[in-house]
Amino acid sequence: MSASTAPAPAPASPPGSTLLGHARYVVAENPVTGLAFGMAILLVVAALFGQWIAPYDPLASDTAAALQGPSAAHWFGTDQLGRDILSRVLVATSLDLRIAVFSVALVFALGGLAGLAAGYFGGWVDMVVGRLADVIMAFPLFVLAMGIVAALGNTVTNIVIATAIINFPLYARIARAETRQRAEAGFVEAARLCGHGNLSILLTQLLPNIMPIMVVQMSLTMGYAILNAAGLSFIGLGVRPPTPEWGIMVAEGASFIVSGEWWIALFPGLALMFAVFCFNLLGDGLRDVIDPRKRT
Amino acid sequence: MSETLPLLDVAELSRQFTVRGTTGGLLARLRGGAAAAPKLHAVDDVSFTIGRGETVGLVGESGCGKSTLVRVLTRLLDPTSGSIRLGSQDLTHLPARRFARRPERARIQMVFQDAGESVNPRYTAFDAIADPLRRLRRLRGAALRSRVETVATQCGLPLALLPRFPHQLSGGQRARVGIARAIAVEPELLVLDEPTAALDVSVQVVVLHLLARLKQELGMSYLFVSHDLNVVRLLCDRVLVMYLGRIVEEGPAGAVFANPRHPYTRALVEAIPQIGAEGAPERIRLGGEPRSPIDPDPNVCRFYGRCPRGFARCAEQMPPLHEVGPRHRAACHLVEGG
Amino acid sequence: MSERPPRADPAVPPQLTPAGGPAADLAVEPGEAPPLDTAPTPPGTAPNLLDSLPPGPIPPAAAFSAAQAEPCLAVRDLAVSFRTRGGTVKALEQVGFTVGRGEIVALVGESGSGKSVTAYALMGILDAAGEVTAGTAQFGGTDLLHAPERTLRGIRGRDISMIFQNPRTALNPIRPVGKQIADVLIRHGGAGRREAPAAAIEMLRRVRITDPERRARAYPYEMSGGMCQRVMIAIALACRPKLLIADEPTTGIDVTTQAVIMDLLTGLARESGVSALVITHDLALASEYCDRVVVMHAGHVVEDAPVRDLFAHPRHPYTARLLAATPTGHASLADLASIPGSLPDLRRPDLPACRYIGRCDRALDSCQVSLQRREIAPSHLVACNNPL
Repeated sequence: MSASTAPAPAPASPPGSTLLGHARYVVAENPVTGLAFGMAILLVVAALFGQWIAPYDPLASDTAAALQGPSAAHWFGTDQLGRDILSRVLVATSLDLRIAVFSVALVFALGGLAGLAAGYFGGWVDMVVGRLADVIMAFPLFVLAMGIVAALGNTVTNIVIATAIINFPLYARIARAETRQRAEAGFVEAARLCGHGNLSILLTQLLPNIMPIMVVQMSLTMGYAILNAAGLSFIGLGVRPPTPEWGIMVAEGASFIVSGEWWIALFPGLALMFAVFCFNLLGDGLRDVIDPRKRT
Repeated sequence: MSETLPLLDVAELSRQFTVRGTTGGLLARLRGGAAAAPKLHAVDDVSFTIGRGETVGLVGESGCGKSTLVRVLTRLLDPTSGSIRLGSQDLTHLPARRFARRPERARIQMVFQDAGESVNPRYTAFDAIADPLRRLRRLRGAALRSRVETVATQCGLPLALLPRFPHQLSGGQRARVGIARAIAVEPELLVLDEPTAALDVSVQVVVLHLLARLKQELGMSYLFVSHDLNVVRLLCDRVLVMYLGRIVEEGPAGAVFANPRHPYTRALVEAIPQIGAEGAPERIRLGGEPRSPIDPDPNVCRFYGRCPRGFARCAEQMPPLHEVGPRHRAACHLVEGG
Repeated sequence: MSERPPRADPAVPPQLTPAGGPAADLAVEPGEAPPLDTAPTPPGTAPNLLDSLPPGPIPPAAAFSAAQAEPCLAVRDLAVSFRTRGGTVKALEQVGFTVGRGEIVALVGESGSGKSVTAYALMGILDAAGEVTAGTAQFGGTDLLHAPERTLRGIRGRDISMIFQNPRTALNPIRPVGKQIADVLIRHGGAGRREAPAAAIEMLRRVRITDPERRARAYPYEMSGGMCQRVMIAIALACRPKLLIADEPTTGIDVTTQAVIMDLLTGLARESGVSALVITHDLALASEYCDRVVVMHAGHVVEDAPVRDLFAHPRHPYTARLLAATPTGHASLADLASIPGSLPDLRRPDLPACRYIGRCDRALDSCQVSLQRREIAPSHLVACNNPL
């Protein structure tokens, strides 16, 4: 008991009664969250409209203009084939975000639901999911991802799958822990009295309650997934040149740093950093927005 | 009792849990077989009945097995042995898993201790009350809305509060939501698991009056689980006292409180703080800890060791329930022969 | 008592000690409340904690009577507010009461009455949104509300100890309970490392834990809730505090265990002359174990009286209603009366002078604007313009 829990009938908090109103409040309280939302919007715009915003064709080479530093004509400079780096960075956003979104969606479906079931049923389900997660965790994760892509073939789909698999233990464990905490809660028993079977309890009672934490996790892993995809491309697995992708671009530019052409690697690297940073901040912000109990 | 069938008839009900992990690992279990695993006797050989329109109180300390008993009765758990009959229907052999989706589910409902915790935090009050109606009565649309509003009104919940989430309601309002949800499907037996434990006294009074009124209006039977004996005394017709999984005393509420016959019941009654009780005669105080409920000796009284009046025979023979008055029974060697 | 700072703590600015207060000319110096301490023990020779503790030898008569003139704790005009999104909550206003030497006082109220906030304010552990906006709390010459953190740290756990509602969370889960008691004895009680474990076992025996030698090695999770609460009591009393604050010490504990715990708590406090402030929502509990009851409602003290007076003749309408709503000894459910109305929204800028006005059937027009606080009978205070 404390005075901060409002007396008698908790008044419907006027500014925070809707999700949007609450989001506005959170942003106002914590400007960093607002910044993260702004950054995320920039990324999405770049992903959706990059092709049209880009000043040049990202694939068109112009040997006459090769290896030029940043200038008014080419803000981010040009690479060894004379391609405009700004255009390539913009267009690459779409591919990198897509890889991240799909892999996160996939790992949520696999790991999240497996963890949910493990946490609720316990027993052998829990054991199987737990051991599977342990097996995956036993490998150095990036090496595992490399192995999966190498074995399955060098495609974007396989990058998505590999990224999902290495994130499986994390999702399964978080979902399991969160579910376990609530599986004994009164509202689960109450649901059973209301005529819910096991499957219905999992999907209509427990899943919505662990969603906030999972959404936060998804945002945090988005950054990691992008980094992972770029890393795979960097070492030559996954996306193949000349497709614009941040990881490849950094890899291609790396050899030119020694000779002084730093911009080739720097700008895609910055884009990568921007995206990872954005999703991490966003994750922290979402945690505050989504938790209904914080709305008082 | 003899003229009509009681609403609920529980006979020789037991529920045990296998204790894992503490002693012996997989190897020991393999070697000794399943029988060697220690068992926690949460509910042990419990029999009682609840008549139509009757309010029966169930009291006991935490860990005495009353929660398990309630969960077996409401068919959230399966009994290990014994039988549960509701009216003319035997519920014993319906596994809890399947029972959840049968229409009989509506006949026994429960009000939970902490209404804040027993309502899904992502449900509004409306959704919470509508949930059993959707699933067990298959109500939809206007019929659903009108039934929810009827029940909410019956429970004194203003309709304006229906779109609110549990955390936007006060404790008393949450309690009303919990009660409304339970009576929405018109159960015959309502199990109340410490429904007022989390409430302030001024709110508790209102909820108790509400429960008394609903019972009159709807003709339900109540099983009222509580540790607050003052409340049990006021609300209940009959009382069951549980200690370590067994019923040690049962009888009319007035008789049990005025003249408790089992030493445990006496200690329980005398431990209730009373206003203006200074200078009361010396009371029994229970020292020590209860015996372990894991594989208890079937021939030793469960209260032995903590009982201020225990003697040699208590360690040799488990006392059965003796008749000590009209419909009043106590399980103690000291009351043998009435 | 090698670790004890000298009488007048240099960290206390002089203006904070009661200048010219009622106690100023007494033999007892500010910063010191001597009833239990006799002579200071020279460092090195470990004080025998146990000898001076149990069957409380009443300290020298002179010191004791001098001490009695000054209460152990005197709270005056305490006001606390919390900043929240919906506005500032005036959680406490003009809260005042005293705890006499060796007295056991109950602070009773429903949730939202401010009883726990009062305790937290006194202990200096209000959460960050809360702020003490007015008032003093004199404790042996120190104003608990304004003393610097360093001084408070010296007082907390040694001169004032606290027992919380949930003992299991208040104990360190990964340290045996005997060691936890010993830690306190070493830190605050001046015990040496070698004798502390034995003293800890003795403390466990005093809180009537059977087989204390074995239990001292147990971890909190191996003990029941009642047992953990006894350990908490042992810790709280280990270094003979002057004041014990117990916040809902038996909530969530079975009624049979509650009786044992309360017997123990009040019995030990009385026998060692410790003053106690017991915070509870249970009037019946307060009536049975305490000397005086302070009733709170919506951040105000509405009534303050000796137990017998309060229950025989409640003078504030709220106290009377609360008594009627507490189920003890009523003949039937119908006799149990509820309290109509609800608590006022404490964020309103225009709160009425009496915060009970919305629930009161004896309210006068004057209750909107002013509230009389008076001593209606000897040591029976009531804050009501139209008392019963």
